[in-house]
Amino acid sequence: MSEITPEVVAEHGLTPEEYERVLRIMGREPKITELGIFSVMWSEHCSYKSSKFWLKKLPTEAPWVICGPGENAGVIDIGDGKACIFKMESHNHPSFIEPYQGAATGVGGILRDVFTMGARPVANMNALRFGEPDHPKTRHLVSGVVAGIGGYGNCMGIPTVGGEVNFDPSYNGNILVNAMTVGIADTDKIFYSAAAGIGNSVVYVGSKTGRDGIHGATMASAEFDDDSDEKRPTVQVGDPFTEKLLLEACLELMATDAIIAIQDMGAAGLTSSSVEMSDKGGVGIEFDLDLVPVREEAMTPYEIMLSESQERMLMVVKPGREDMARKIFEKWELDFAIIGRVTDTNRLVLKSGGDVVCDIPVPPLVAEAPEYERPWVPTPPPAPLSAEDALASIDTSPIDALATLMASPDLCSRRWVWEQYDHMVMGDTIRRPGGDAAVVRVHGTDRALAITTDCTPRYCFADPVQGGRQAVAEAWRNLTATGARPLAITDNMNFGNPERPEIMGQFAGCIEGMTEACLALDFPVVSGNVSLYNETNGTGILPTPAIGGVGLIDDIRGPMPSAAFAAKDEDIVLIGATEGHLGRSMLIRMLADRDDGAPPPVDLAAERRNGDFVRGLITGGLVSACHDVSDGGLLLAVAKMALSGGIGANLSIPAGRGPALAWLFGEDQARYLVTTLRAEGLLATAKAARVPAITIGRTGGTVLTVGDGNSISLSDLRNAHENWLPSYMAAG
Amino acid sequence: MKAAVIVSPGSNCDRDVQVALRQSAGTDPIMHWHGDADLPDVDLIVVPGGFSYGDYLRAGAVAAHSPVIREVVARANAGVPVLGICNGFQILTECGLLPGVLMRNAGLKFICRDVDLRVEAADTDFTRDYVNGQIIRIPVAHNEGNYFADDETLNRLDGENRVAFRYCTSEGEVTSASNPNGAARNIAGILNEGRNVLGMMPHPERLADALLGGTDGRPMFDGLVEALAAAA
Repeated sequence: MSEITPEVVAEHGLTPEEYERVLRIMGREPKITELGIFSVMWSEHCSYKSSKFWLKKLPTEAPWVICGPGENAGVIDIGDGKACIFKMESHNHPSFIEPYQGAATGVGGILRDVFTMGARPVANMNALRFGEPDHPKTRHLVSGVVAGIGGYGNCMGIPTVGGEVNFDPSYNGNILVNAMTVGIADTDKIFYSAAAGIGNSVVYVGSKTGRDGIHGATMASAEFDDDSDEKRPTVQVGDPFTEKLLLEACLELMATDAIIAIQDMGAAGLTSSSVEMSDKGGVGIEFDLDLVPVREEAMTPYEIMLSESQERMLMVVKPGREDMARKIFEKWELDFAIIGRVTDTNRLVLKSGGDVVCDIPVPPLVAEAPEYERPWVPTPPPAPLSAEDALASIDTSPIDALATLMASPDLCSRRWVWEQYDHMVMGDTIRRPGGDAAVVRVHGTDRALAITTDCTPRYCFADPVQGGRQAVAEAWRNLTATGARPLAITDNMNFGNPERPEIMGQFAGCIEGMTEACLALDFPVVSGNVSLYNETNGTGILPTPAIGGVGLIDDIRGPMPSAAFAAKDEDIVLIGATEGHLGRSMLIRMLADRDDGAPPPVDLAAERRNGDFVRGLITGGLVSACHDVSDGGLLLAVAKMALSGGIGANLSIPAGRGPALAWLFGEDQARYLVTTLRAEGLLATAKAARVPAITIGRTGGTVLTVGDGNSISLSDLRNAHENWLPSYMAAG
Repeated sequence: MKAAVIVSPGSNCDRDVQVALRQSAGTDPIMHWHGDADLPDVDLIVVPGGFSYGDYLRAGAVAAHSPVIREVVARANAGVPVLGICNGFQILTECGLLPGVLMRNAGLKFICRDVDLRVEAADTDFTRDYVNGQIIRIPVAHNEGNYFADDETLNRLDGENRVAFRYCTSEGEVTSASNPNGAARNIAGILNEGRNVLGMMPHPERLADALLGGTDGRPMFDGLVEALAAAA
């Protein structure tokens, strides 16, 4: 009787057709360890089988791109012989089941992806989505995820410099935890994963292998149901202290010339790392599993290969350098074991107790992984919403509306979150969380990186193409507002079940919009991650293509405006056209309890023109503060600049621009606010550049006044803005 | 001035202190590995922040038994200035150079933010470039900064003017609202009897560069360089 029954195949998440393919590749029935390896390598998480077709459409090249998607992380050239290495990755399912460890190991995983390429991580970011505040699990999840992200990054001594947090009922049963790491390496010291050199030692370093996280990748590739809590044992447990040691040991060894190839053990652990190294290098790998450092007794080959224990790396070391390498890892009190060698067979051969327990040809395991062009239907275009219709049921003064929005879950201050993150360690954080993008100095140089994460899922849901464009454009805008030249992005595609055509339609639409924006803005994708099946009991999340953007500030001794009002008696100038677009706006969501209409259209030519113009103003030293206008519109942006600077403002509402609320709260794109002492000259330059610009008010005082005497003190506004999140969290 | 920064497994503010010392002294400190008990002759020892040994057992408890810490204690007792910042402060209490303990923050959360401190003892090598009553603004970043000691110890610290810094409002009032972690009597930093050992939770090295948002931490390093250059 065969041990591989149809039930066993199904438990491994393989369809009967996929299993037929396994049989063809193997030419015989697979052993259980072999089946496990096929199962994880062909899981959605590892194979990208539903998304690969679409991901190929994204632009990935630019003169400054050193390495695009396909390696552990993307690499771009930032000058002076330095490279920036970065990526964002999801840890959604584990974080919902066990928020602290799920989020912590998400951070740990993305850190390893970056330092395995030779970079010292210099900043962490994140993009978090939770269910509605009233949902019974939300508070617990927020608390655990934030503590987990902080717990890992703080201990590692890598600053967490920003991120985003949204609340929406669609995430009630499936939160999103997307973590991003940015690192710096020398361009001539970048490490890749391709194994080489027949007979060379394959070395295992880091923590011991335990039974945690077995089949994590498979879990991450399935929908949730009411019994999802029972999947807790598939969540890994993180140890940031060991990872800190692993980081220092790896960087110390990387400073020598001993490493030929290195790959972290992330999802699917020893399996995916060895297959990756073997496939990329066009070689075989043979392991003696009895030599793998293990934490528990009597672990089977299956368990060893599928464990997702954290803080482990696999390397191919130059012959004769093993002892030198071993000494470095022993100094850092980490395991170091030569567990196998590189072979010329192109096969993954595993031995245990003298028996061959696995013998898989690697090229077909990778090349013949399933790839599906799933059926999809485009998302029907939403009916537009006129300002009159949008405002029909809203009878609120602009200041009252502002106070409501500033204290709303999605727009209130995130201080409660980022004060739990060490955002200053490493001594290079020039711009801390709470502004547009974080700014982190490239250590020991006069350059700096601007870093942001952005996505507006409610736009993506209404119109995936516009939403995809907007996510990329907003990241580009946030970087631009610091004076940085936006260089490249990493994307974290979070969607529902790809087997449903409307979900694949959302995916296809977002990819289309992102592609257009990346091309128009010279802002290629260099790394990314896809997380599908974000559904519980058949209800999908809002489509959430989270974008992590990186830009470069060439000279930190030059002008660097803040996102806060810098001085009183300066003119406030709005750059970009304002139509008063209220479809899918925060205003109607919070004040009319509706979420309809079309999202604001994204005119990419205007984005480019306006952004390049603003960057010119900044580098020319013409502006003292700059902030992009996004969620909540113009008045929200003014209020945030006022609170950050502790300086009030007096705004006028121009005549003939339609309803005041639409002017103040419309979410038209491609807009920035700047403050200046030279408004006249600025407006003339804008006119010549065909960039819309208008003076809307003046800074000063301790009150924010809109139009004729409708005002609020900064202290009242601050209380409204700062109190919601701490009060909400304390109420649990 | 010759300084040494003690590097333990899990130290992560060692480089930050190195940068601040280099800025004030013009020379690099020695970065000394914890496992090496053979500490060179130096004028200043800094035990930096971080998560030595992952804060396992108790913050600082394992590092306090590192080979080099025995030597640090001996040097401190011989009068060499020792500065412990954050996890360094925790280590100095664990190894007995300073009294009391650092408990988990009263709010039970890690906290990273700028705080206002009132300088209470400007008569030391560490604080000579400040004046008593001066309000300075530098960050804290810790999970266990809630200073605790019995009343007798606290009275003694106060009586001997060994509280170097207290958490306060921007106007200098010592209030419970301005206390970020629940520390007894708003204590942010204390001295040993000889006034040559300072332990403090806030990070002066993090705001010693105007580009990072402030320079109130810099006088500590400048003052040490002046004092120790004069002594040498």
